[in-house]
Amino acid sequence: MTHLLASADRLLLAAEEAGHGAEEFADGGILASGAWLIPVVPMVVAFLIVFFGKRSPYKGWAMATGTMAFVALYGVVLFISNLNQGITYEGAVHLADIGTQSLGEHVGDIFAIEWGWMVDGLSIMMYFVVGVVGLLVFIYAKGYMEGDVRHTWFFASFTLFAGGMLVLVSAPNLIQLIVGWELVGVASYLLIGHYWEEHENSSAAIKAFLVNKVADTGLFIGAIIVGTSVGSFRFTDIMEAIAAGGGDTPLARFAFWAGLAIFIGAMGKSAQFPLHVWLPDAMAGPTPVSALMHAATMVTAGVYLIGRMFPFYMVEGFADEVRGIIIVIGALTLFLTGLLALVQDDIKRVLAYSTLSQLGYMVTAMGAGAYTAGLFHLFTHAFFKALLFLGAGAVIHAVHSNNMSDMGGLRKYMPYTFWTFVIGSWALAGIPVLAGFWSKDEILAGVQFAGSSESGFSIAQGGAGLANLVLVVAIAGAFVTAFYMTRAVWLTFFGTYKGHGTPHEAPRVMTYPLVGLAAGSALAGFLNVPGVTEFFTEGVGARFFEGFGGLEHHVTSIDWALAGLGSAAAIAGVAVGYTIWGPDRETQQARDTFSIPVLYPLLRHKYYIDDFYMDGVVRPVRGPLARAVNWFNDHVIDLVVNGAGWLAAVVARAVYFFDQRGIDGAIHASASVTGGGGGLLRLLQTGKVQQYAILLFAGTVILVAGFVSFAIF
Amino acid sequence: MIITQFVILGAALFALGVYGVLSRRNAVLVLLSVELMLAAVNINLVAFDAFVADRIAGGQIFALFIIAVAAAEVGIGLAIVLLIFRNRRSANVDELDLLKL
Repeated sequence: MTHLLASADRLLLAAEEAGHGAEEFADGGILASGAWLIPVVPMVVAFLIVFFGKRSPYKGWAMATGTMAFVALYGVVLFISNLNQGITYEGAVHLADIGTQSLGEHVGDIFAIEWGWMVDGLSIMMYFVVGVVGLLVFIYAKGYMEGDVRHTWFFASFTLFAGGMLVLVSAPNLIQLIVGWELVGVASYLLIGHYWEEHENSSAAIKAFLVNKVADTGLFIGAIIVGTSVGSFRFTDIMEAIAAGGGDTPLARFAFWAGLAIFIGAMGKSAQFPLHVWLPDAMAGPTPVSALMHAATMVTAGVYLIGRMFPFYMVEGFADEVRGIIIVIGALTLFLTGLLALVQDDIKRVLAYSTLSQLGYMVTAMGAGAYTAGLFHLFTHAFFKALLFLGAGAVIHAVHSNNMSDMGGLRKYMPYTFWTFVIGSWALAGIPVLAGFWSKDEILAGVQFAGSSESGFSIAQGGAGLANLVLVVAIAGAFVTAFYMTRAVWLTFFGTYKGHGTPHEAPRVMTYPLVGLAAGSALAGFLNVPGVTEFFTEGVGARFFEGFGGLEHHVTSIDWALAGLGSAAAIAGVAVGYTIWGPDRETQQARDTFSIPVLYPLLRHKYYIDDFYMDGVVRPVRGPLARAVNWFNDHVIDLVVNGAGWLAAVVARAVYFFDQRGIDGAIHASASVTGGGGGLLRLLQTGKVQQYAILLFAGTVILVAGFVSFAIF
Repeated sequence: MIITQFVILGAALFALGVYGVLSRRNAVLVLLSVELMLAAVNINLVAFDAFVADRIAGGQIFALFIIAVAAAEVGIGLAIVLLIFRNRRSANVDELDLLKL
């Protein structure tokens, strides 16, 4: 296929089935082969908004939202037809071959640069989430960003943000995935720093960018190791290499380090402990950005990447030993960041830490081998986290403050926001039958299975004991989640209003998306009830890795004991939160200090991780680096600059001399030759007829003499 | 028939005419010298016509043409000279340097 692609026609559209029968390829149809539009349209529109947005209807909002509506529609259609029949399609446009000549036939294949689009369960689920959640957030943003200074620019970068995520998700090879990965990073930088007039906000943008960059280095290293040892960056080729089995292949030899490096990349984007520090600060951006970033784009990218490389982490002999690290990092993240949410006053930061915690669940699920559960949690989380952020945005819009100490009692002012927020927080907490309950329960079931003897989760991979410990942590995390969400709801919506002015309900363009997302948060869980409705398992689940034979243990029935334990933890969290913050409405502020001697300062300082990065990493490097750069500037760059200046002066002088003497001389010489010649010829022009006659006769004589002598000789 | 004396006469007359054209200042005399040159040409034409015994006497016919042309030329030439003299009170060719301007 690659050779066919490498042939003359560079725009040859090639499609091939990925590890499946030809009938699977066929049923994607034009829907799948046209899916390249999903990433391309937002990317193009993002640039169009930059140039024409100001003059378009609603200053770029209409263009951006129209684009998202297209993506959402396409995503929904794909999602539904995928649930019906299961689509696996991979399209590619061959762009270039790099290094074929110098490195020979075989090695040249490595560097085939392709633009492609993947249409399989995993990416269709992401198209759906990015499209639907994105559309609602974009609609909401019209109300939230009304009258903003850089309104058009905001929607241009926002569209780029979504488009970058779609590029990432549609990537059938690691190179394109990295392109999308970095696009998302750049767009997030632009959006977090949207209000750059305040130094804090631009610092947050830089922090997000740099922390991500540190992690991205891991992804690059991992991608290079995998790509060069497989001989191709395409996921289908990588999967084939994995299916061929471990042993002494190059991929298997470096698998642990490659897997670790790729996971570090995922840790950055998905903000896993200890690289999570950028995400709470990213709240500096406008609320719609936070909503989209936390729900559909950016932070889900890491989980998506692990999902994409899932067999690499699961099949024995490859990066399976990284699983232990993944599961531990996920568990640490879900528990530690959940605790941090307890002491935040900024409502968006509470939600940010809860996102971290939920991402911890997803990563834990991936590490435990519960592929479907992890992605299902990503799916449901997208709905309720977008809902919670948009609700928080509506509240912030009403009270003009991010701090919950300025809120309280908003229940009667903002009924729509209140009810949808409560649904979102219950869904997040995992209260039965809302979306979060089903997905979290599946994760718990997956971790429990990893801890059982039949899972084959070996000591080298982490061991059953570890998995059982993580299961305890995950249940404790469910308790903490319910606990801090109860606190947030009570401090925001109950008690007495402590802010200024009279808050008012958000405009309809903002509340309608809330209602839509609340419906999603309530109902999305029913897409995958074990043993009853298994649409999600069918459409997205690990059956797409069939070539590997039972990568994932499929949970076929609800484990009532475990589900009861999980929901008991959640309800206990709500109850404990209620007893601490709920009834005593007058003194809730005093109670909020939540003072436990050692724990409280630790939480307030975010485990001193930010301080460690600042004092332990940034400052020791920054000072000497600044001095070194300064020295380099004074001694080397200035020298070069001065040298260049001196050289330029010398050259200029030479050029001046040449100009004056050479070029001007030539011009003057030609002028004086012409003038002199003219002067000489002028002497002939006497005006005397007889002189002319003399010349005439003389000329005749010369001519005749010439002819005669010619005739004679 | 010996042609030499006629050719010499023609050449001498032509040279005389050239000399006159170049050295005379009076325009009338210049015109006369031109007539001399034409006469020299006529002599040559007639002489060579006789020498080659042309049956249609082409040389003589040309000589007649030249006499007619010379008469017309003198008519026009004298008219020009007369006008110049009227305008400038002089018929000296070396004073007529308007071409220089």
